[in-house]
Amino acid sequence: MKILVLISKVPDTTAKISFTENNTKFNTEGVQFILNPYDEWYALVRGIELKEANGGSVTVLNVGRADNDPIIRKALAIGADDAVRIDTDDLDALNVAKQIAAYAKDQNYDIILCGKETIDYNGSQVGGMVAQLLGLPYVSLATKLDLNGDTATLERDIQGGSEVIEVKLPFVASAAKGMAEARIPNMRGIMAARTKPLNVVQPVDAANATEVVEYSLPPSKQGCKFIDPDNVEELVELLHTEAKVI
Amino acid sequence: MAEDRFQAPDYYNVDELLTDEHKLIRDTVRAWVKKEVSPIIEDYAQRAEFPKQIIPGLAEVGAFGPYIPEEYGGPGLDQISYGLIMQELERCDSGVRSTASVQSSLVMYPIWKFGSEEQKKKYLPKLASGEMIGCFGLTEPDHGSNPAGMVTNFKDMGDHYLLNGAKMWITNSPIADIAVVWAKNEEGRIHGLIVERGMEGFTTPEIHGKWSLRASVTGELVFDNVKVPKENLLPGKSGLGAPLSCLDSARFGIAWGAIGAAMDCYDSALRYSKERIQFDVPIASFQLTQKKLAEMITEITKAQLLTWRLGVLRNEGKATSAQISMAKRNNVEMALKIAREARQIHGGMGITGEYPIMRHMMNLESVITYEGTHDIHLLITGYDITGIPAFRNDGKQFK
Repeated sequence: MKILVLISKVPDTTAKISFTENNTKFNTEGVQFILNPYDEWYALVRGIELKEANGGSVTVLNVGRADNDPIIRKALAIGADDAVRIDTDDLDALNVAKQIAAYAKDQNYDIILCGKETIDYNGSQVGGMVAQLLGLPYVSLATKLDLNGDTATLERDIQGGSEVIEVKLPFVASAAKGMAEARIPNMRGIMAARTKPLNVVQPVDAANATEVVEYSLPPSKQGCKFIDPDNVEELVELLHTEAKVI
Repeated sequence: MAEDRFQAPDYYNVDELLTDEHKLIRDTVRAWVKKEVSPIIEDYAQRAEFPKQIIPGLAEVGAFGPYIPEEYGGPGLDQISYGLIMQELERCDSGVRSTASVQSSLVMYPIWKFGSEEQKKKYLPKLASGEMIGCFGLTEPDHGSNPAGMVTNFKDMGDHYLLNGAKMWITNSPIADIAVVWAKNEEGRIHGLIVERGMEGFTTPEIHGKWSLRASVTGELVFDNVKVPKENLLPGKSGLGAPLSCLDSARFGIAWGAIGAAMDCYDSALRYSKERIQFDVPIASFQLTQKKLAEMITEITKAQLLTWRLGVLRNEGKATSAQISMAKRNNVEMALKIAREARQIHGGMGITGEYPIMRHMMNLESVITYEGTHDIHLLITGYDITGIPAFRNDGKQFK
């Protein structure tokens, strides 16, 4: 069984966010980066679990420059067998998906997994686009993934309940909370990661289809406004005119 | 204890001096500590009990003998990796770091450096995996800062050695499977012996009632005519220099560990001061609070740079004992002062187990005394720069 896990590098959740170039670029100065938690905790770990149960291999794939290697090494330390980095950056979601599809199309992966979204841009686009480009079925936001021969059973949270889906291999799925329990690498894994292959691949020609015009930060937190318990009218008025929630 | 919300300060971007693997190792230990140790440590410290169940995890994250080569079951990491692991463990609790320090620097290190090939193969892999826990016997009830005066001794009985004496303040002793014991032979020369639990006449009574390092076990080692097989003598080195080189390794780890404790106190104090409202404003807005916090981060940053440089020197095999003494002394005092200041910022909450402050503070009272007291380390620096040892004042140093 060949499993491909798509991994991204994202700013640490505690990073201070700011922008440069007229609010069109994310300012990476002083920012610590981590492996996208949805990719790491759920997609990668479930991929490794499936490999451990069924044999085969787990490859992690990242689109980015050499400064992404630390997060790739971490994925290898957690238990991926090898890694591919497509050496390019500044791509939009479709372009990233095209790069991945161009690499993956001849590799005969049985399962392609990614996190349900990256925690920076929250696009949730790449998994679906890769599936489309490869002509494979796509199951988004799966919270459970089990295999039975060449059929996978996935669960998804839906409004008021859950949905169970069966799909034949090969397929693409995005992983949400619940699919696996995060693994902390151990020292053996870290040592093994030193010598696991990390293949750097050149990108294919593809153009971005979208352009970011502007980023802006959410309004800063306002202080609490206390209203006398007897003054319900003022509360309703403020919720309507100031907070604009009713 | 409340949720572990630790965020490591790095005011001078010291991370840029580390390799990607250093950071992966550190972040791995940090994540493991947050998941497995932080939620239980306060409870174990309050009950004065060592959380034995963390031993396999400590082994898995490489906390036992990180620099021991792979052929003996270790990961073969460099000294900065060792330091970072100790920093992350002590960030949680000095007692947990002590357990790992002793296993690594005081048990595995002497077996690796001075042991026979058979001893290395017999003990090191099991110590690295946590299957075996070790302790180190140098200090005696009447010989702390002056270990050369030790009275524990062994006699050559032909087919074995006969060991007599007692050791005091021994981290891990009540749970240890083996003890690396330093004792004098009939000529008064200090040698290391590996004593195994179960040898007749060897007991390890626990020391109770500590107000410090409550989540680690401390005890005595008592040798009453213990027959030690001859093959258990460490053949590689004798004299006081042998145990002192182990202490160099342990003190190096403590210099890093203390930064962890200081970071935890600072991080908690910074967060608390921004959340705690008095006179309608966060107490972080008061100059006296800012002075405390600003001085804390200054001292932590200085200590980080000191240990980083010491780590580079140690990786190159160039760090002197006196340089290690300076870092141990400086950083532990720094951490203790920060713990006390952080305690004040936390007000009454700093007294309780809701916050780690008081536990760190009490732990550090041991750390500033063990592995060379604060004053002795000062005298080591004094000796190093003047050439005159001031450890004894009977005038003999001038003869």
